[in-house]
Amino acid sequence: MRLEFVTPERLIAHEEVDELQLPGEEGSLGVLPGHTPMLVALKVGEMWYRKGSEKFFGYVGFGFAEILPDRVTILARIAEKADDIDLQRAEAAKRRAEEQLAEVKRSGNEADYERARLALLRAITRLQVSQHARRR
Amino acid sequence: MPSLIDMRRRIRAVKNTQQITKAMKMVAASKLRRAQERVVATRPFAKQAKHVLASISARVDQTKHPLLVQRDGVKTGKTMLIVLSSDRGLCGSFNTNIVKAVGQFLRDNPGREVSLGLVGKKGREALGRRGFPIRFEYTALPKVIGFAEAEAVAAPAIEDFINGKVDSVHLVYNEFKSVIAQKLVVEQLLPMAPIEVEKDAAAGIEYLYEPSPQQIFDELLPRLVEAQVLRALLESSAAEHAARMTAMDAATRNSAEMIEGLTLTMNKVRQAAITREIIEVVSGAQAQ
Repeated sequence: MRLEFVTPERLIAHEEVDELQLPGEEGSLGVLPGHTPMLVALKVGEMWYRKGSEKFFGYVGFGFAEILPDRVTILARIAEKADDIDLQRAEAAKRRAEEQLAEVKRSGNEADYERARLALLRAITRLQVSQHARRR
Repeated sequence: MPSLIDMRRRIRAVKNTQQITKAMKMVAASKLRRAQERVVATRPFAKQAKHVLASISARVDQTKHPLLVQRDGVKTGKTMLIVLSSDRGLCGSFNTNIVKAVGQFLRDNPGREVSLGLVGKKGREALGRRGFPIRFEYTALPKVIGFAEAEAVAAPAIEDFINGKVDSVHLVYNEFKSVIAQKLVVEQLLPMAPIEVEKDAAAGIEYLYEPSPQQIFDELLPRLVEAQVLRALLESSAAEHAARMTAMDAATRNSAEMIEGLTLTMNKVRQAAITREIIEVVSGAQAQ
C-alpha cells in the first residue's frame, strides 16, 4: 500500500510499504493492506513502517492519519525520520524539561506543568525512536 | 579637477562596494533556491489536509465551527491585517510595496477598524507608529522558517477571531512569482473558505473515526490555517530573496558603469597631467 507521510513543512516519505504502525490517540494501531477506511488522530509517539524485511522508524508529534485499503496518509504536525533526529538536541530538551518539571513542583503552576510534561514526552519519544532504529 | 590619487581611491571604494553587492547577490540566489524548495514542500500537506477535510465535511456541521463562521462584519467590520515584511533591507521595493498595499487596503475599506500583526522589522518600522492598534509584533525570524513560526503568527489571529474581537483576518504578503517579479497578495485568512463537500467516489466510503469526526474536524481546521500562514511566510521569504537578488544585481551593474566612467575621467586627468608636464619641459627648454 501507498504511504504518504507529510508535515506542513515538507514531505517525509512517499513510498510503497507492506505494514505500518501508528501512535493513535486512543492507542497504537497496526495497519496492513486492506485495512478498513479509518480516520484517526495521532498523539506524540513512535511510528514505523516495513518495506519487505526492512523496518523504518519515525517520530510523530500530533496529527492525523487517513487509512484506506490501499493508501495511508499521515498528516503530522511535526515528524522526523529516525535518521533525522538530532540526538544532542533531544538530550538537551530532555534535561531542560526535567529541570522545568522540578521547578514546577515547587511553584505548582498548572500551565507550566503541562508544557514541561509535553516537552519531556517529546524528548523522550525522540530518543526512544532513534534508539529503536539503531537496535534494528 | 580632482587629483589622480583621489580618483584612484574613489574607484577602489566603488570596486569594494561592487564586490559586496556581487556576493550578496550570490548569497540571495542560493537562499532563494532553498526558499523556493521549501514553498513547494508545503504543498503536499495542504493538499492532503484539504482532501481529508473534504471527506469528513459531509459528516459534520460546518456552519457551527468558529473558524468557518461568516459573521456580518466580514466585509465591513473589524479586521486584523497580518503584514509580512522582511527583517533586513537592501531588497529593493520589497517592503515599500507591502506598506503601500496596506495603505491601499485602508483606502479601499474606509471606516473599518483595523488592528495589525506585524512580522518583520521593516514592517514594524514603517507601520508601527501609525496609530493602529498593534496586536502582535514578530521580528527577528529564524533563517529557516518552520511550522513553529507559523503557529506563533496564527495563534493570536485565531484567538481574536474566535473571541469575536475581529470579524476577519487578512494576510498581506509578497508572493514569489518569478525572480524579477513579486506579486502582492492580500488574502483572507479567517473566516476560512467553506470546505467543499467531496462528491466523488471517495466520499461514499464509510470511515471509522477515532475520536469522533467532529473532533478530528475541529483539530484539523486550525492546522490548515497554520499551514496557510506557513506558506505565506515561506512565499514572502522566497520573494524577499528574489527581490534582494534583483536589487543587488542592479547595484552590481550600476557600480560597473560607475567604475567605467571614473576610469575614463581618471585617464583623462592622467593624460592632461602628462601633457602639461611635457609642455612645461618643452617650454622650459625653449626658453633657454
